[in-house]
Amino acid sequence: MTVPLPEALDEIVGDFQAMPERQRLELLLEFSQDLPALPERLAAHREAMEPVVECQSPLFLLVEVEPPGASGVVRLHFDAPAEAPTTRGFAGILHAGLDGLSPAEVLAVPDDMPQRLGLATAISPLRLNGMAGMLFRIKRQVREKSGQPA
Amino acid sequence: MDRDPDTTLSLYAHPERLVTTAWLAEHLGEPGLVVLESDEDVLLYETGHVPGALKIDWFTELNDQVTRDYVDGAGFAALMSAKGVSRDDTVVIYGDKSNWWAAYALWVFGLFGHADVRLLDGGRAAWLAEGRPTTTETPRPAPSSYPVIERDDAPIRAFKDDVLDHLGKPLVDVRSPQEYTGERTHMPDYPQEGALRGGHVPGAVSVPWARAAREDGRFRSRAELEAIYLGEQGLSPSDDVIAYCRIGERSSHTWFVLTYLLGFEHVRNYDGSWTEWGNAVRVPIVTGAEPGKAGDR
Repeated sequence: MTVPLPEALDEIVGDFQAMPERQRLELLLEFSQDLPALPERLAAHREAMEPVVECQSPLFLLVEVEPPGASGVVRLHFDAPAEAPTTRGFAGILHAGLDGLSPAEVLAVPDDMPQRLGLATAISPLRLNGMAGMLFRIKRQVREKSGQPA
Repeated sequence: MDRDPDTTLSLYAHPERLVTTAWLAEHLGEPGLVVLESDEDVLLYETGHVPGALKIDWFTELNDQVTRDYVDGAGFAALMSAKGVSRDDTVVIYGDKSNWWAAYALWVFGLFGHADVRLLDGGRAAWLAEGRPTTTETPRPAPSSYPVIERDDAPIRAFKDDVLDHLGKPLVDVRSPQEYTGERTHMPDYPQEGALRGGHVPGAVSVPWARAAREDGRFRSRAELEAIYLGEQGLSPSDDVIAYCRIGERSSHTWFVLTYLLGFEHVRNYDGSWTEWGNAVRVPIVTGAEPGKAGDR
């Protein structure tokens, strides 16, 4: 039995799995286009964001828990250039699937979630490492900012 | 097709291996010309590409999906046939990141001896920077019947044992200086990928691949390239040279520079590169900023 995903993320994974391989790339492209822009208050402080080195292209990540603590809400912020649509697509999926959840819900997301999108043959397992790296770092920041045990 | 007569290319040793954006724009759609985009980012082609260009993916198409190797002759023939490429077509490849992945694809075409394969100087970035047309329309070429050509690795591809036999002869490490010295930035919770050991192959000089590219992604002039590889590094066009990086992609760019722009006669790309060498048991490794030699530590 695989660990269940939060509802929104589960729907996204279901959408990917329901599509033929070719269309999965198109869906990923849509997520890259829908990734929200960085709020201005953060755009001026990119140095406060965490670089995700597992991504092939530069991506910066910042997690906020509002209010800080276990009962807060997780807010995700990403910054990646338009020339990196795959990286943006991964970020878009995580944003659509995890933004607004509780810290406990985000921490419960299984680390193998990127493997469930059915993208390994279309884009290579190596490229999925970038998404695994993002998820890993999101969970670490959530832990730090919500006072959850590691 | 005739070579691009542009004077910015004519000083290179093999100007027939490059085309300018202007040449490509002028010849788009002509019979006998196939344009391929090879990117690091697997979705970039879908966001818009040179009209008529087809996508070629280094991982899902040029690599064998089981063995760590490239496709075989039958696989390459099937791939080319599906893309409508004929054996005597002029193939122009371009891509992101200063043509790093385009050079990798071109090198793989070289393993099959495709005669006329060229890079678009400056790649994708140069085409876009000049405001040239793009489209999201994917062409549907009529399939061709590309012949099955046995892959011939020996002239341009080096394996680990070849590198061991080569120690003492010129090697070029094209990775970043930090990868070359073996430095590691290790912090808790920050996963590292790649290799169990850091450093470089004994005797390898460090020339990061991007030194051969200008800010705009185009290749540096022949004089500038000679200053780096001949002047500074003391290499000679008659040398037997092996280039490597992490998986052989960045070193394809350097292989292209040495072979076609500077006219080196015997350059091989070690595609196993550091992900093989840095994990292999009992191969010699040197750490630090000096090339060193086998036996140094």
